[in-house]
Amino acid sequence: MTRLTVNGTEHDIDVDGDTPLLWVVREQLGLTGTKFGCGIGQCGACTVHVDGAAVRSCALPVSAIEAEQKIVTIEGLSPDLSHPIQKAWLALDVPQCGYCQSGQIMAAAALLRETPKPTDEDINAGMQNICRCGTYNRIRAAIKLAAESPQAQRG
Amino acid sequence: MTTTIETSRRRFLVGSALAAGGFALGFHVPFLAGAEAAAETAAELNAWVVIRPDETVVIRIARVEMGQGTLTGLAQLVAEELDCDWSKVTTEYPTPGQNVARNRVWGNFQTAGSRGIRDSQDYVRKGGAAARMMLVQAAADEWGVAASECTAAGGVITHAASSRSTTYGKVAAAAAKLEPPKDIPLKDPKDWKIAGQPLPRLDTAEKLDGRQVYSIDVKLPGMLNAAVRACPVFGGKLKSFDAASVEGMPGVRKVVAVDDTGVAVIADTWWRAKTALDALPVEWDLGPNAGHSSAEFAKVLREGLEADEAFVGSQAGDVRAAVAGAAKVVEAVYGVPHQHHATMEPMNATALFTGDRCEVWTATQNAEAALATASTAAGLPIPQCEVHRLHLGGGFGRRSTSHDFVRQAVLIAKQTPGTPVKLIWSREEDMLHGRYHPVTMCKLTGALDAQGNVVGLHMRISGQSILVSVNPQGLQNGRDPATFQGLNPSGAEGVFGYTIPNLLIDHAMRNPPVPPGFWRGVNNNQNALYLESFVDEMAHAAGHDALEFRRRMLVNHPKHLAVLDAVAEAGGWGKPAAEGVFRGLAQHMGFGSYVAACAEVSVSREGKLKIHRIVAATDCGHVVNPQQVRAQIEGSFAYGLSAALFGEITVKDGKVEQENFDSYPVMLMEDMPAVESIVMPSGEFWGGVGEPTIFVAAPAVLNAIFAATGKRIRTLPLSKANLRSA
Repeated sequence: MTRLTVNGTEHDIDVDGDTPLLWVVREQLGLTGTKFGCGIGQCGACTVHVDGAAVRSCALPVSAIEAEQKIVTIEGLSPDLSHPIQKAWLALDVPQCGYCQSGQIMAAAALLRETPKPTDEDINAGMQNICRCGTYNRIRAAIKLAAESPQAQRG
Repeated sequence: MTTTIETSRRRFLVGSALAAGGFALGFHVPFLAGAEAAAETAAELNAWVVIRPDETVVIRIARVEMGQGTLTGLAQLVAEELDCDWSKVTTEYPTPGQNVARNRVWGNFQTAGSRGIRDSQDYVRKGGAAARMMLVQAAADEWGVAASECTAAGGVITHAASSRSTTYGKVAAAAAKLEPPKDIPLKDPKDWKIAGQPLPRLDTAEKLDGRQVYSIDVKLPGMLNAAVRACPVFGGKLKSFDAASVEGMPGVRKVVAVDDTGVAVIADTWWRAKTALDALPVEWDLGPNAGHSSAEFAKVLREGLEADEAFVGSQAGDVRAAVAGAAKVVEAVYGVPHQHHATMEPMNATALFTGDRCEVWTATQNAEAALATASTAAGLPIPQCEVHRLHLGGGFGRRSTSHDFVRQAVLIAKQTPGTPVKLIWSREEDMLHGRYHPVTMCKLTGALDAQGNVVGLHMRISGQSILVSVNPQGLQNGRDPATFQGLNPSGAEGVFGYTIPNLLIDHAMRNPPVPPGFWRGVNNNQNALYLESFVDEMAHAAGHDALEFRRRMLVNHPKHLAVLDAVAEAGGWGKPAAEGVFRGLAQHMGFGSYVAACAEVSVSREGKLKIHRIVAATDCGHVVNPQQVRAQIEGSFAYGLSAALFGEITVKDGKVEQENFDSYPVMLMEDMPAVESIVMPSGEFWGGVGEPTIFVAAPAVLNAIFAATGKRIRTLPLSKANLRSA
């Protein structure tokens, strides 16, 4: 049994220890907002927060996570699209196909938590997630918009 | 968030308003009994419009949403003519089975070629207008007045003379019983209030918190999961596999052959299926292509550049005589490699086979083709099959070219009758079994007179045909017309803009054993790159300004010229750029639209390229949602420049060498230039916007690189070029 704390709830999960967190979240917990894109930590579609840090869950075996570590997925970022990043994404109509956006949003939320007023270089360094539709410029603008929010540093 | 989907549903009406429950379009949501009850009393005015008593307007969308915004744009067109309240609009996908059952009342489902809006605008607008006329008539009948005395706006019908009003929801049931009108006038686009506006997309909110259900997220009761591996060499076969060695692994239910080309593991979870597949000993018969390589393809293509035989695309005057008599001859050879679509959502499909019925849930750009594929694979007639559509996590042509993943899912599900199976391709499987952007080379020979005018041009394209592999019926006496996209002398789709007295554009078809496919922009991409780079070469050889040189040859094509002038003006052509920054131009017409770009780049002494800014112009005739047109322009640069900078699929020993994003890099945030888009619709025609800007992305940048470095890059990707100062 593996104990994980996801979006504030503890789960005891019967799973092979080398299973990546991504597949536990998607298949055992049914939280499918976190996406599979590459399986090798390259594309960032699977980004979640572990203790507030952006982590690529496709390359992280659950055995490497302690029960008390706080995992947050896109479904747990806010209950009502109220996170400043989500609000900015909505205001600028960022997504196209949307498949990478859960990961983009989680990466952006972690970036703002660490760097409340990111420069373009900070955004380039912090946002290494692939988007094939090409929403990069809107993502950049939305991060800057969110950075103006008083709640920008919210996890 | 974990909710199952009831598969036995045969009723029609569940729209995206219900998606709040965690659902994609077109599914019955068992626990939403209230919504279902409302659906029972909803009135279908026609195939496109359903109105519920609570005033919700359900607009049916035949094309599919894959990021390009067609869902919102098509709904705007229907809502415009319907004169409904936009805030009450929701959408749903009809299924291809329903389309078949209703004599294709929704027309074509295919979502490709930037056709979603331009090909269906007429009939979807008529659907909205006809519904409005019926609603107004129903109200007029109720009041005993003439329909012509009533007006409709925002979902409210008013009879001003008697100060009476009612709503669409109240009269919808009566309206649905009326005979549809035969004469259906449409509004003049200049009077549009909903269409033409930069309205927010209808599908944004559910893409921000994980609610959006993609095909890969489908969950059915009792569902199993499958991972597949097909022979990594194109044309190879499955020889044998040792199922017993993995059957005892955790969660594994079954190991099955898929056609004679692949093997799949079925397990309780996908991760366990994939883990067992990785451990499965498999022997392949690599077949006749195992010796092939990209280096060998290049030799074959080079031979084609000089071959005597070629299909003619366009011909005027006598180009050979023009070259022979030229004051100056310019010659260059260009090449574009195979490229992969690399949709973010890997190929996947869920199938349920019950012996006499087969249902599929998948992401497809052509649900009718997916249905045909499912029917063939299941061995059941089409009326016993169905395909349920979900929004795509990217399409780019991959999900219209081939439904190989649907075939595999059905073949696998047939081996677990009554139990649904979700098949997901790993990224490696996705990259090894793509339908790649075709490989081509092009030799261009230009003849200049003493004044530097272009008196002759020969474009010899050598390389792969998409249609030979994907749609051989589309060939014309063996000639592939798609090869000449954007180079044709006439037609609404894409016209060669330059007037050159002696012209020959021909194609030596050479087909390497690598499956080609429609790839966002298709042949326009390399044709524009070849032509627009070479026009720059000729301008340079003539000692002429690249803008003026083009302007003179565009004299007979004012729309081509207008977009070029627009980017030159906004891009500051002819004016000083910032220190170290250089500009390049390109223009092209394709998918019915006119596009141009002015790129600004700098190249450091060490050869590092930075693309600072691109100014882009599009004339697509009519604009349904300017904000979405801008989004498509931005996205087209990301897709086109990603290919130009990094995109290359190479084959060695008959197998694709790139297997994931580590060996097939794509553009990231840091590579993306600022984009300034000029949307300049001139009216009177309908052009596409999902692809056209891609055509000019690479050549504008390559021309700017030449301006910066004096180096003419003729072979992609740019990451392999040495831009260091000599």
